[in-house]
Amino acid sequence: MTWLVAGPIVVPLSAAVVTGFLMGYGGIQRLVSLCSGIALFGTATALLTNVWNEGVTAAQIGNWPSPFGITLVADHLSAVLVLITAIIALAAIVYSFEDIERRGLATVLHPLLHALMAGVCGAFLAGDIFNLYVWFEVMLIASIGLLVVGGTRAQLDASVRYAALSLIATTLLLTGIGLLYGLTGTLNMADLHLRVQEVENEGLLTVIAVIFIVAFGIKSAVFPLFFWLPASYHTPKVTVSAVFSGLLTKVGVYALMRVFTLIFTNDIGYTHEILLWVAGFTMVTGVLGAASRNDLRRILSFHIVSQIGYMIMGLALYTPLGLLGGIFYTVHHIIVKANLFFVAGAIRRFGGSSRLARLGGLYRDAPLLAALFFIPAFSLAGFPPLSGFWAKFLLIRASMDVHEYAIAATALAVGLLTAYSMTKIWLNAFWKGRPEDAMPARQPSRSEGFFLLAPVVGLAAITLAIGLYVQPFYELAERAAEELMHPAEYVGAVLGEDAARGAGPSPAGPGGSGN
Amino acid sequence: MELINAALVGVLMASSVYLMLSPNLVRFVLGLALLSHAANLLIFTGGGITSSITSRAAVGATAESDSLAQALILTAIVISFSLFTFALVLAFRTYETLETVDTDAMRAAEPEPSGHPGRTDPSGQPS
Repeated sequence: MTWLVAGPIVVPLSAAVVTGFLMGYGGIQRLVSLCSGIALFGTATALLTNVWNEGVTAAQIGNWPSPFGITLVADHLSAVLVLITAIIALAAIVYSFEDIERRGLATVLHPLLHALMAGVCGAFLAGDIFNLYVWFEVMLIASIGLLVVGGTRAQLDASVRYAALSLIATTLLLTGIGLLYGLTGTLNMADLHLRVQEVENEGLLTVIAVIFIVAFGIKSAVFPLFFWLPASYHTPKVTVSAVFSGLLTKVGVYALMRVFTLIFTNDIGYTHEILLWVAGFTMVTGVLGAASRNDLRRILSFHIVSQIGYMIMGLALYTPLGLLGGIFYTVHHIIVKANLFFVAGAIRRFGGSSRLARLGGLYRDAPLLAALFFIPAFSLAGFPPLSGFWAKFLLIRASMDVHEYAIAATALAVGLLTAYSMTKIWLNAFWKGRPEDAMPARQPSRSEGFFLLAPVVGLAAITLAIGLYVQPFYELAERAAEELMHPAEYVGAVLGEDAARGAGPSPAGPGGSGN
Repeated sequence: MELINAALVGVLMASSVYLMLSPNLVRFVLGLALLSHAANLLIFTGGGITSSITSRAAVGATAESDSLAQALILTAIVISFSLFTFALVLAFRTYETLETVDTDAMRAAEPEPSGHPGRTDPSGQPS
């Protein structure tokens, strides 16, 4: 059981070491990298199956009893996010075979990519808050490495911005963890859930909660802390941008979802109200920023910010349906967003540029690419029957249920503006005639066609599957949301059934009992 | 002793914010180092300062000094030290390539919008 939960961390971590040693052997390194990607996918699937059948699975590393030892916990939310991570990793590895030349860059890409995956999976599975911090640091160092490799001027500039804000965020997170430990005397998240209810100084707890909002807010690029994202995501290689856009900010969102359902539920009227405003502003500023850009990847970068708003909105509503929508949105978004970056890379390769002014006529020259762009783009905008429609529908329905009409209206308006951005790309890159000074679209060679388009086709198929066959995905998100709303099962899996009796559902109603 | 430490944390935080507001990259990195020191000192103070050593997690909340907090700081120091080193290298390499340490002058990733949107290639890398 322990190995099952630790697997998604152990596999990529050992892959990072092995591919690191194989740096001089391009072919073998690629093969090992691909195999580890498949192994990660297998482990993640096994984990999700186990969680689906038997509920929350916890592992005590080294058999130290919780809450003293290091605990790994997989509930439905963690397990499904680990699986999505594995899918994105696999797609990125395949894409990188063609996107990144065999010599030079590729040799460091694979070790760093696997280290990043270990960090991401570790953050999803960490059962105590200090380990969450450590995995964030692993993720951070691997991601700066991936961002800066190549060393062009733009990349260095971007890395400075990314590293600066990320380092401030992790230090703030550490400060918050220190204060929380001083207040409660524990780091285990399940134990924290119990101890926090006994804390008398609720004001201080709320202060700590706000520190966590800021720290994870920088990580997940919410308003007004998102400036590092549009400044950096368009500079590295397409493979790297795609992985970043799919996974990094979503780890921040996951951390927010985890701590603001499990630990900081004492003053929902205050903290979750802040989150709701943040969600609204994030959606609007992101989508307006996107509307003002004319480069494919920069438009898409701003859209990440905008979409983060929707996920935070689901959390901020703090109802079962709201969380369900937020989780569904996260899963849908990771796949769609990474896919859009992959497509943007393919457009640049075949169309010769990523700037809208220099693109055109791709609908005639590369109809397959047009179809492959259409699916994720209009899923992002929320067109039925694609996955984005269901995600937005659930969230707006949830906000209507609790009479938050302002945020529902914002979400709908932002959806329209997203459609505007996607239509802008569609019109400029695909329908408009080719500009005179632009090169004609190149026909892809066989290996380009396979390695660049296979991941795109696979991810588009998942988007279609979620859209057309929504029931199992809905049920999965429903279970995950149920566990977040009622942490008793989570606490029981970590600390044993006796402790779980004190857990129960979170204190109802805004304001908490101590005010 | 707690009071002195708390005041020291405040002073460190304030100085680091002052340094980080500077457009000079070197000052920023130094500010970052001070910030992590402030965080470590804060955890240390939060753990309680006495001469005896036990883990509060193991014996329940008592007035005794907490060794777990110090273990956390050790981990955090190692991490922040390595990241600080990396940040220094990054700053130096940026200075070499962009020939400036003024963050306001670094516009390689996000060039000033010109009259012709789409004329400047922001990514600047060959495909």
